[in-house]
Amino acid sequence: MIDVAVVAYAARQQPVFDENEIEMMAPVIEDVRVATGLGPDDLDFTCSGSSDFLAGAAFSFVMTVDATRPVPPIVESHVEMDGAWALYEAWVKLQLGEAKTALIYGYGKSSPGSLRDVLATQLDPYAAGPLKADAFGIAGLQARYMLDAGDVTEARMAEIAARSMASAESNPLSIRKGTRRVEELLAEPYLHDPLRAHDVPARADGGAAVILATREVAERVCERPAWVRGIDHRMDIHHLGARDPRRAPSAAIAAQALAVTADKIDVAELDAPFTHQEALLATELGLDSEATTINPSGGSLCGHVMMGAGLTRIGEAAARIHRGEADRAVAHATSGPWLQQNLVAVMEG
Amino acid sequence: MTDDPLAPVAPPVQLPPRLQGVEAVQSVRTPFRLEYHASSGQHMAAFLRAMKQKQILGERCPTTGQVFVPPRGVTPTSGLETTELVELPDTGYVESFCITRVPIPGRDDLELPYVSAWVVLDGASVGFIGLVAGIPADEVRLGLRVKAVWRPDEELRETADNIHHWAPTGEADVRIASYELIGAPGRPPAERQVRA
Repeated sequence: MIDVAVVAYAARQQPVFDENEIEMMAPVIEDVRVATGLGPDDLDFTCSGSSDFLAGAAFSFVMTVDATRPVPPIVESHVEMDGAWALYEAWVKLQLGEAKTALIYGYGKSSPGSLRDVLATQLDPYAAGPLKADAFGIAGLQARYMLDAGDVTEARMAEIAARSMASAESNPLSIRKGTRRVEELLAEPYLHDPLRAHDVPARADGGAAVILATREVAERVCERPAWVRGIDHRMDIHHLGARDPRRAPSAAIAAQALAVTADKIDVAELDAPFTHQEALLATELGLDSEATTINPSGGSLCGHVMMGAGLTRIGEAAARIHRGEADRAVAHATSGPWLQQNLVAVMEG
Repeated sequence: MTDDPLAPVAPPVQLPPRLQGVEAVQSVRTPFRLEYHASSGQHMAAFLRAMKQKQILGERCPTTGQVFVPPRGVTPTSGLETTELVELPDTGYVESFCITRVPIPGRDDLELPYVSAWVVLDGASVGFIGLVAGIPADEVRLGLRVKAVWRPDEELRETADNIHHWAPTGEADVRIASYELIGAPGRPPAERQVRA
């Protein structure tokens, strides 16, 4: 395997950006270029992740390419997925020896529409689609299954929310933060029974950018590169009725393939938009909550950029390694209802 | 166990009695309606506001001097933010076109076939999409000089649709010598407009 590292990460997120996607992302892309000193001509490959359903415009991602300086022509690709999957494509490109550096960005400006309703379009069009179940309702069903089975309790979900909001205090990008007691959170009314406001993601507009580089470049442009030791992604069946909502086998298989639990994990950044999903993922990945700090950034719960949240998790985990705060980190990205698709990456300093 | 690799892995579904013998579902329609309140962004907003005044705004690249229209906020050839807005004339030439024989919804005023074209405004470095009318479709050609035909003043809004179509000016055609990539060195915007 060719040694590949995350050498830079930058992100922006706020409840609403009045700017268009190009204006929103140009500064983020500029930040990772400045951090590494790698200009457009030094980046062999560019890959982005976004969804036209958020902008409500076909091929909207093509416009955003203007933020990368695409002329003279660059080698560029796009996935209709979270930017974490764009990073996977770039990682494969680097493994194949076709590039030594790659710029990856993932972004979403979901404020123009109703994200909860837009997400209903990803349901299968035969059984679940006609129900038009919104994203909170579907997540609520999953939480209900888990509560009824004793996998989590509402108190445990509130603990996850309280810990995430406390961690988010130190993250300037977080949308939701603060010191809240569990009892106080549990006294709040249901938003979507059994979910309360603190159980659902704090939606944001924004995006993240990452630069990947092979060893010869990485060691030159980054003091402490976050070496990607492995990256794996899997997906579970599309039909909700054919899945066990209490499990995410795709996440477990990806984690096993990477031997996530073979050594101590200092930090895990899990793309868990809902509190009960963090509990589910920690189990599937085999994380030891005593040894591992989960979501020190506050996680997707405290700032959720659709199509950018997974790449943000990778970036946040890598940044801990860059700063010497972690030696081994796990990052996770998800897509689809009930954690249908899962990507896991292991990085080391 | 069967040797047939295409044999179903799950046992056949047994329908409950009340569903047996009913007509099978042949298709499902799942219509969706989603509403968006899009913001055009700072640079595009300036362009759209100017459109209401029958002005066409572009922006100039700070390094190459190329002029892009409509403005996007960054230049594709430098990746730099653009700060200088440029007002462009409503005249130019056809760089590329397409003849279409099916109608556009909401444009009953268009006679078929209609011609959509990539119009390079005088002073611009890239084309600007529009419709060419006032000339038989089979007479539209590369290099044809055109001028904007605006909608009546009382119909002007913050939209590029204010340009109803582009009509021939009767001037001599622009000779398009060759196709060159935008950003090719040593090619300021005006050079592409070589009069025949």
